[in-house]
Amino acid sequence: MFRRSRTRPLIALVAMVAAVAACGTSGPSSGGGGPFKVWALQDPVLNPIEKTSIEGAGGALETFGNDPYKQKVRVAIGSPNAPDVFFNWGGGNLKEYVDAGKIEDLTPVLDSTSGLKDAFLPSVLNGAKIDGKYYGLPMRGMQPVVLFYNKDLFTSAGVQPPKTWDDLLKLVDAFKGKNIQPIALAGSQAWTELMWIEYLLDRVGGSEVFQNIRDKGPAGWKDPAVLEAATKVKELVDRGGFGTNYASVGYDVGGASTILAQGKAAMHLMGSWEYVNQLGQSPDFVKNDKLGWVTFPSLAGGKGKPDTVVGNASNYYSITKSSKSLDAAKKFVSTALNDEKYVQSLIDAGDVPAVTGVKEKLAKAANSQYTTWIYEQVEKASTFQLSWDQDLPADQATKMLTQLQELFLGKITPQAFVDALAQG
Amino acid sequence: MRQRPSFWYAAPAFAFFALFAALPMVLVVFLSFTSWDGLGTPQPNGVDNWARLADDGQAYDAVGRTAILMVVSWLVQTPIALLIGVWAAGRQRSRAVLSSIFFLPLLLSTAAIALLWKVMLDPNFGVTQALGGPLGDIQFLGDPSIALYTVAFVITWQYVPFHTLLYQGAARAIPRNLYEAATIDGAGRVRQFVHITLPQLRYTIITSSILMIVGSLTTFDTVLILTDGGGPGTASRIAPLHMYITGFSGFEMGYASTMAVLLVVVGTGLSLLVMRVTGYRSMNSQQEGA
Repeated sequence: MFRRSRTRPLIALVAMVAAVAACGTSGPSSGGGGPFKVWALQDPVLNPIEKTSIEGAGGALETFGNDPYKQKVRVAIGSPNAPDVFFNWGGGNLKEYVDAGKIEDLTPVLDSTSGLKDAFLPSVLNGAKIDGKYYGLPMRGMQPVVLFYNKDLFTSAGVQPPKTWDDLLKLVDAFKGKNIQPIALAGSQAWTELMWIEYLLDRVGGSEVFQNIRDKGPAGWKDPAVLEAATKVKELVDRGGFGTNYASVGYDVGGASTILAQGKAAMHLMGSWEYVNQLGQSPDFVKNDKLGWVTFPSLAGGKGKPDTVVGNASNYYSITKSSKSLDAAKKFVSTALNDEKYVQSLIDAGDVPAVTGVKEKLAKAANSQYTTWIYEQVEKASTFQLSWDQDLPADQATKMLTQLQELFLGKITPQAFVDALAQG
Repeated sequence: MRQRPSFWYAAPAFAFFALFAALPMVLVVFLSFTSWDGLGTPQPNGVDNWARLADDGQAYDAVGRTAILMVVSWLVQTPIALLIGVWAAGRQRSRAVLSSIFFLPLLLSTAAIALLWKVMLDPNFGVTQALGGPLGDIQFLGDPSIALYTVAFVITWQYVPFHTLLYQGAARAIPRNLYEAATIDGAGRVRQFVHITLPQLRYTIITSSILMIVGSLTTFDTVLILTDGGGPGTASRIAPLHMYITGFSGFEMGYASTMAVLLVVVGTGLSLLVMRVTGYRSMNSQQEGA
């Protein structure tokens, strides 16, 4: 017999609804008085350093993986669950939050704390300067994009690292003749291809061309320099500069870095973090002095200066306007980031902090040959262009990356690339 | 007489459905008429998103790729799953061992499967390179004209075991006396398969097809991982991925919601169409007298 019971299922239902409701309210609730919350990117090397510095100031660190982090910050900023301090890339990425009125202006803090403004390299500090105000302070090392090369391959081919674009093209032919892939490229991820056109546009038309695009909108892509840079990209691809299989090589799985270390490819344009990567993945390659690095080649007839760099100037800590621990958060960013111990820990971890006068400290630490070189590159650079995908608003950046991959694949012509981007 | 269970027994399912399916769908429909970058409040913009969708070449291409993926997966998966399923329903000696091997992909998570194939097809260090020969020259994930079919292959590899399981169960339920009668009448194995097994499996074929069609419309994670988000370029950027990139890289939540609504409508429409055309809803028994 089947006995009907009204009460039992009802209890189950109530319990279930309660459980669901609990899900909705879980997650940290920020009350005043508790430790201020700092959100940052997961990084096995940097996280312990950040944690020490944050907890020393009475805060708490929460970390997230790269893509989830960007989405989580986006959704959280402006909600009651927003962090007090958060890690970001500066530039247009930060500007979207500033325009939405979510970010605290740190200019008064910089002005009222003596020596704070001079503590950081100006080109890096400017990365978080929006409409003349500072909205973030650099909290880690500089990551300019550098042309890495395999010294063994260059020696056995009897060639020198490229100084000019023409040198680079000749090297492409030389290595192709020896059946070596001239340049490694992790082309399944558009941001690796982005580095090439960023540098080329800087060399062809100067840094103003992109700044104009960023400040005045997509019509700026129509500048003839963009077409020329895109044409140079296509020439390099068609010449076989990146070999034939770059389209499915990924950076995250180490594809491009490994073929450089194994001598299957001669050069690799990558952010300065590549050094630490190689040190971890192919320690002998770095320790036996086989990994070389040079500035991106200059371009004869180009309007741009040969000393500009592109990449990520640094990462920044910004403070949300809605923070309930504004004072504690401000005190933290104004004292902890140029703290001697913090800077030294960054250096020991292989980072190149954007702090003035650390050259001597870098020289004393491990990997000094590389880190001092990086420091000098940025110090003398006339401009430090932030990676375009971080400097443009998210919707434009996404379209630009899609078109760029199509350009590298030969699916669209340089002219079609320009037209698609100028359309906005 | 046995009473039907009280409505309350369905309440938890209804509550879950309302909270996690119906409510989000209503919100997505609302968002599809707004412009929202994820910050601040959504701004109503009328039918702008829909006008943009009608004019968006990339969206058409993405829908086209989804259609290709749907047709290819159906055409490839159905015969394979049907044959293995019917075979696995039999009583051969090797059946149990081989069946367990065939079902292995079912035990792996989608992310694991996608990563596995990504590594195996790596253009520098993959298994295809180690094997060498002509196989090593094919850019399975790097050639824009091949990548989508590689995705279809991996999806097939992943889901054939599941559909095999459906067919195995259904084939087991076919009464043996049908086959005995056919044998007496002198029908061979092929005739028995065509005239008994296939008609008896009709509703299973429909169920499995609907699952495949709707599944292809919503496939996402495999492609995201396998081709780094629809690469090379946009060669494998299917509709759900295009929606995801618009929403969560470009943060055009309003426009992405418009695509989501379109996917819901197309998905529901397709499964209704399949049910109507095949007479699935009447659920007539294929077995006389039952």
